Amino acid sequence: MNPFDYHRAEDAAGAAALVADNPAAAFLAGGTNLVDRMKLGVTAPDTLVDITHLPMDEVEELPEGGLRIGANVRNSEAAAHPLVRTRYPVLSQALLSGASGQLRNAATTGGNLLQRTRCVYFQDLSTPCNKREPGSGCSALEGYQRYHAVFGASPDCVATHPSDMAVALAALDAQAVVQDAAAERRIPVSRLHRLPGEAPERDTVLAHGDLITAVELPAMPMAARARYRKIRDRASFAFALVSAAAAMELAEDGTVADARIALGGVAHKPWRARLAEEALIGAAATGHDFAAAAEAELAEARPLPGNTFKLPLVRAAITTTLGEVADGVRGRGAGPDQGEGER
Amino acid sequence: MTTTRAATATGTGPRRADGPRKAAGTAPYAYEYPVADLAYIAPVQATVARGRVLEVDASDAEAVEGVLTVLWHANAPRLEPDPDLSGLQRAAELAVLQSGEVAYRGQVVAAVVAETFEAAHQAAAQVTVRYEQFPHDVDLSDQRSDAVAPEEDHRQGDTAGAEPADVVVEHTYTTAMQHNNPMEPHSTVAHFDGAALTLYESTQGVHEVRRTVAAIAGLDPRSVHVIAPYVGGGFGSKGPLHAPTALATLAAMALPGRSVKLALTRRQMFALVGYRSPTLQRVRLTADAQGRLSGIDVVATVQSSALADFVEQAALPSKSMYAAPNRRMGHRAVHLDAPVPTWMRAPGECPGMFGPEVAMDELAWSCGLDPIELRLRNEPDRDPHTHKPFSSRNLAACLHEGARRFGWDGRAPVSAARTENGWRVGLGVAASTYPVVPPPSGSRARIRYEGEGVYVVSLGAADIGTGAWTALTQVAADALGAPLERVRVRLGDTTLPEASLAGGSTGLASWGSTVHAAAEAFRARHGQAPEPGAEAEADLPDNPDGDDFAMFAYGAQFAEVRVHEATGEVRVPRLLGVFAAGRIVNSRTARSQFLGGMTMGLSMALHEESVVDGRFGHVVNADFAEYHIAANADVEDIQAHWIDEEDPHVNPLGAKGIGEIGIVGTAAAVANAAYHATGVRVRSLPVRLDDFVGA
Repeated sequence: MNPFDYHRAEDAAGAAALVADNPAAAFLAGGTNLVDRMKLGVTAPDTLVDITHLPMDEVEELPEGGLRIGANVRNSEAAAHPLVRTRYPVLSQALLSGASGQLRNAATTGGNLLQRTRCVYFQDLSTPCNKREPGSGCSALEGYQRYHAVFGASPDCVATHPSDMAVALAALDAQAVVQDAAAERRIPVSRLHRLPGEAPERDTVLAHGDLITAVELPAMPMAARARYRKIRDRASFAFALVSAAAAMELAEDGTVADARIALGGVAHKPWRARLAEEALIGAAATGHDFAAAAEAELAEARPLPGNTFKLPLVRAAITTTLGEVADGVRGRGAGPDQGEGER
Repeated sequence: MTTTRAATATGTGPRRADGPRKAAGTAPYAYEYPVADLAYIAPVQATVARGRVLEVDASDAEAVEGVLTVLWHANAPRLEPDPDLSGLQRAAELAVLQSGEVAYRGQVVAAVVAETFEAAHQAAAQVTVRYEQFPHDVDLSDQRSDAVAPEEDHRQGDTAGAEPADVVVEHTYTTAMQHNNPMEPHSTVAHFDGAALTLYESTQGVHEVRRTVAAIAGLDPRSVHVIAPYVGGGFGSKGPLHAPTALATLAAMALPGRSVKLALTRRQMFALVGYRSPTLQRVRLTADAQGRLSGIDVVATVQSSALADFVEQAALPSKSMYAAPNRRMGHRAVHLDAPVPTWMRAPGECPGMFGPEVAMDELAWSCGLDPIELRLRNEPDRDPHTHKPFSSRNLAACLHEGARRFGWDGRAPVSAARTENGWRVGLGVAASTYPVVPPPSGSRARIRYEGEGVYVVSLGAADIGTGAWTALTQVAADALGAPLERVRVRLGDTTLPEASLAGGSTGLASWGSTVHAAAEAFRARHGQAPEPGAEAEADLPDNPDGDDFAMFAYGAQFAEVRVHEATGEVRVPRLLGVFAAGRIVNSRTARSQFLGGMTMGLSMALHEESVVDGRFGHVVNADFAEYHIAANADVEDIQAHWIDEEDPHVNPLGAKGIGEIGIVGTAAAVANAAYHATGVRVRSLPVRLDDFVGA
């Protein structure tokens, strides 16, 4: 790890300005991913701007029935918050399915969104990686691909975004509140992260120095019965092979009036399954319809030789999650609980 | 050796003697000793898998503030060319920075020594190494013509023509490459004071370290002092020495008077201290229609290293496991441009009982037999390999007791029969075995009476977390007829009498027998009312029965496996093991050993796999996010039991050794249960959702 300067930020705009002015500066929040990367040499900032003391650590109700979660709210606090648990249990489930108890106690909402891929080649300085060193090549393209993308990848990068929380936020139409040196703006979480294209070194649409100060969740009645399902090799403390966050609203005739589906572990970003959503609208909400929705999304899938098994997992994640949501909406089986989370 | 002492403390479960010190953080580990004039070592590792270091440009690294030296083969101190090493050491692996040859990716090609940890690591990243690169070969396969048989195959009869062959099971079973990852990584602190070298080392045997380091560094062993009273886990990789210890010794030679320290990062653990070779086991079983074996044929292909040889003895356990007139067991080793493999908990038996125990399950299904009944029908009355009688063999009792405790009787006789809440449920069983390895000679123990009823027992054994501190206290207390709290044990230091390595599950048998002998010698010389200062020493006694019996511990492991219908996820809600391992000296620490072994077996079954990227030549999933080890949530209801087994032949304690048997057979039990759950036979570890999803 290289020596670095440390600044404790006074306010959000000032922090944004400090980082914006120095291409080698970085924000420090929970540090659970950044510090790991610094130890590995993947990232070598010369300046850290510590934002953990900024007043962004509240969960507040919004006037229209939504919720605002400060960027510094720890993952464990967000998961345990009564308003999150009752209005957006899917977010609580997603948070609790991620990392370990110790990490969730340290990791923040903003930091979770901006964590970087765990692609083994990205983290291994001895191998080429376009994301770490643009133009050096993608080692995963013909390498170890178990955790890699099946949607939206490019010949330059097949990495996935590792967050569970972001998948739930994408399904919930959440917005990131972003502060730069001059102003504040809002970006939908589903459009915050990029597909790799020819510039995999850029994870998000944020400019250097943009600071996420909060995440805002709109009021969404169907969110109360939304669910998160994470499929992984290890029963805890493992990144998703595939995960799904799903919400559904049924019309009086029992057909699907509205739906939200987002997938994790499958793309460079939390993957909003819009083709599956479209296929569901007006459908009868049977297992057959859920399978058809999954197939609609899978038409876009481009698996790698080492992760073709993810296609049936995507199918299973969508159909089982929608099935559980439908049971809950119809008053059967799993209701709006707080999720099994980490066992 | 037919008299065993009436036990008082042995067989009970006193708390760990070292527990409070470890819980309070006052038990020092190698890296933690407060030594003066510290300096830190940061290795620089090869980024080619085969080649030669042409030049090391250390100018940028040397410019980093606090850097003391940058070592590479052109300037490193010389190690002795003619090391007098014990059979378990690999001289080539220890010849660190002695030439520019690169034999595997990740090999140490340079090292920075600096005043601070941070400076050392910053500078290491700035060392530029120029290589001449050669093509490398890291592809293990059982189809290679250059595989060599390291010894003649063991043959009895003719397996190819074995009759009857009403039923034949013939498949290739594979186990994954695995890496030892004790909680405490390999760590060394080294300090030269004149010709005297002090090493604080995370090791399974201080005397082995002394002997080896003295041999490679050209020192008188008496001038090497090795200290390791507490070790944060050792599963084999801390038995033989590896490159990091040699590197720390070199750095101490280069900087006399400084205490240089090195603790491997987790990532370095995947390159520098060995691994369990992957295995490809060709197993062929022939039997009559009633399941009586006529032939057992096991040929295991494993990988070794072009740098030095180590052949995982995966075919070994089949030699003595089941009766069959026609037998062949052999190994084929492929020498690759890879690090040298090493011991990992139950080397040989652990991977080597996967293929045959899954094959036995397949045979049971083919014969329409309960897999327990199949094993009972093939119980040998003598060791099929040596034809010697068993000192005791209670596999059948373990199978019966396990079946009773596990509820085996309710198991459906067909596969894929039971589904609960979207999970397919199945039960499986496999056998475990581990030999009673003859303890290496040379252990010696000293007992001294301090007065006021207090005895001090000294020997240089290493407690790697097994419970030796506690169990040896019990053994001494019983042998002396003294209360537990009046016995003080001293371990883990070369100033104490020599003790054998903690390996092969021999610790208690070896050190316990030695302590037992020392206590008898003490009483013989000093009687029941010794003077303060009275002392006696004794060596490990010979076992007069050692050549007359085949000696093994046995076990039966039962698993309940759930496989999700839609996602293929594999979970193991129940694991139960019953073991027959002679006398259990400490029920508390023994249970921990069994459960720890079974958990590690579960981890092998479901998770552990080091992924080598052939283009580069190294393990790419080299951290705990990607190399999965069973976490708490993977382990649900897990139980270890044992049967009371009297074995008067193994040693004066009647104890067989329990450190390794718990990991043997677990993975086969899981794979067999997964088959029962789903009807899908998985012959390759780890067993993961890709084996079932869509199936």
